[in-house]
Amino acid sequence: MKALRKQLDKIKPQFQKGGKFEKLHSTFDAFETFLFVPDKTTSHGSHIRDSIDMKRTMSLVVIALIPALLFGIWNVGHQHFLSHGETVAFWDKVLYGLWKVLPIIVVSYVTGLAIEFAFAQIRHHEVNEGFLVSGMLIPLVVPPDIPLWMVSLATAFAVIIGKEVFGGTGMNILNPALTARAFLFFAYPAQISGDKVWIAEKADAFSGATPLAEAAAGISAETVNFTHNFMEMFMGTIPGSIGETSTLAILIGAAILVFTGVGSLRIMVSVALGGIFMGGLLNLASVNAYMDVPFYYHLVMGGFAFGMVFMATDPVTASQTNKGKLIYGFLIGVMAVLIRVLNPAYPEGMMLAILLMNVFAPLIDHYVVEANIKRRLKRMKPAKA
Amino acid sequence: MSTAKTEREPMFSAKIKKLLLGPLNKDNPITVQVLGICSALAVTVKLEPAFVMALSVTAVTAISNLSISLLRNTIPPRIRIIVQLTVIAALVILVDQILKAYVYDVSKQLSVFVGLIITNCIIMGRLEAFAMANKPWPSFVDGVGNGVGYGIILIIVAFFRELLGSGTIWGYHVMPKAFYELGYVNNGLMILPPMALIVVGIIIWVQRAKNPDLQEEN
Repeated sequence: MKALRKQLDKIKPQFQKGGKFEKLHSTFDAFETFLFVPDKTTSHGSHIRDSIDMKRTMSLVVIALIPALLFGIWNVGHQHFLSHGETVAFWDKVLYGLWKVLPIIVVSYVTGLAIEFAFAQIRHHEVNEGFLVSGMLIPLVVPPDIPLWMVSLATAFAVIIGKEVFGGTGMNILNPALTARAFLFFAYPAQISGDKVWIAEKADAFSGATPLAEAAAGISAETVNFTHNFMEMFMGTIPGSIGETSTLAILIGAAILVFTGVGSLRIMVSVALGGIFMGGLLNLASVNAYMDVPFYYHLVMGGFAFGMVFMATDPVTASQTNKGKLIYGFLIGVMAVLIRVLNPAYPEGMMLAILLMNVFAPLIDHYVVEANIKRRLKRMKPAKA
Repeated sequence: MSTAKTEREPMFSAKIKKLLLGPLNKDNPITVQVLGICSALAVTVKLEPAFVMALSVTAVTAISNLSISLLRNTIPPRIRIIVQLTVIAALVILVDQILKAYVYDVSKQLSVFVGLIITNCIIMGRLEAFAMANKPWPSFVDGVGNGVGYGIILIIVAFFRELLGSGTIWGYHVMPKAFYELGYVNNGLMILPPMALIVVGIIIWVQRAKNPDLQEEN
């Protein structure tokens, strides 16, 4: 560690004003603060400083994503060999999964960070750390067989159009990882929806339908026939996007986020409540077989849990006020289930629900703040009179 | 006034040139004034309809600007909007008939958007802002300039949308077959209207980055 610090200090002057590599200051700064806690001190006013800065917050989210990632890697292998009817050892599944998943992660990070560094360099900003999380989220929400150039294109689109045009990390309206997924969903529907894409190099004869697709078939059928039971959906041994299948692994991540105070428990709980509320309501209506699917299934099918824990809680795009968070989360849960059950064109409603509420989050905050001001003004008036 | 009467302005003075070229860049109706966006989103999936639409709008803006400028001293101010609309509507019907007669397929693709030229904000805007207060020749040039300024953006947007969305340009396949064999897939999002908005946004971004005087001060 000390040798590294020394080395950094040695080359630092070259990157500062007047130095040889003055133009690459942003890049140097990014690496330095990535490795060491910055030694900046506040010069004006009295601000309380915490050693936890954005880089460390983001790193915690990446750590929280690891259980879902590891399970996803195993599951990609598991589903592949299952579809071919082969039984192989644990490590073979993991190796196959790594072979499929690692390239996607590398492509996502390389594309996104290259763009982030380029923008920081041009604008003479510090490099923003937000992409550390987005770069991990994007691989986890795509199918394992997605062509790599699509991942790269979607990442570029999300970073440039979803984030940099608004001014970079902290200024974006939409969650970048979901923007990337929405881009893929509308641009290349054949590669990211349907029954064929959710298992890596699936055997043709094997049905690769996700529980969501099976449930969506219930809109016109008599009954919903799930291939997997509730427990399997909860554990995650089902076909799906790489990191979203295992509700259990995601809940471990959620525990890390809540325990470290990085993720908002309020949002997670209210999203779940929204889903349960809407699912329950549809259970009561029970017009078709999909509506009869017990409400708790919605929490473990598809990307509901993943979106709830890692996407809805994005501190930039979520509501900021406490009351706002409850409304925002609840509506995400309601919308997600509503889109799933009532709109057969979009089997997974979570992505669209979160993007929609991302747009509404500032409005919700505005009214919460206004209501608070009004309430307090009212309290003042009788005192005056 | 007296000086204007004594010495006639040349046909293509610097002022006229500015009227013609201004809307192509710094006064562009779409990217700077943000007018006529709806049709820009609707007709730019393919290059051919976009081109026809650009021509139609240019014709209507130029001729309506000319006619209103000729009539400007006889129109009672209170009913000027109605008079302007009548002129535009008559021209649009003419354009529609011509399109139906000569390019029926394109006219089918454009469907209601030809009729909706009547409500295109650019045309009304130019009549109100320019033709009502200027002589016929400058008005005509202004109409052509704005029509072409609108058309250029339409054609740029349509070029990218058709190339990336369908792999064709003007209906001809230009994306090499080898690309598809390597796994290239046409971008479905390009065909949807939101992408037109994003492409227009990117054009605005590039234009503003190049012209610092277009940027607002913070």
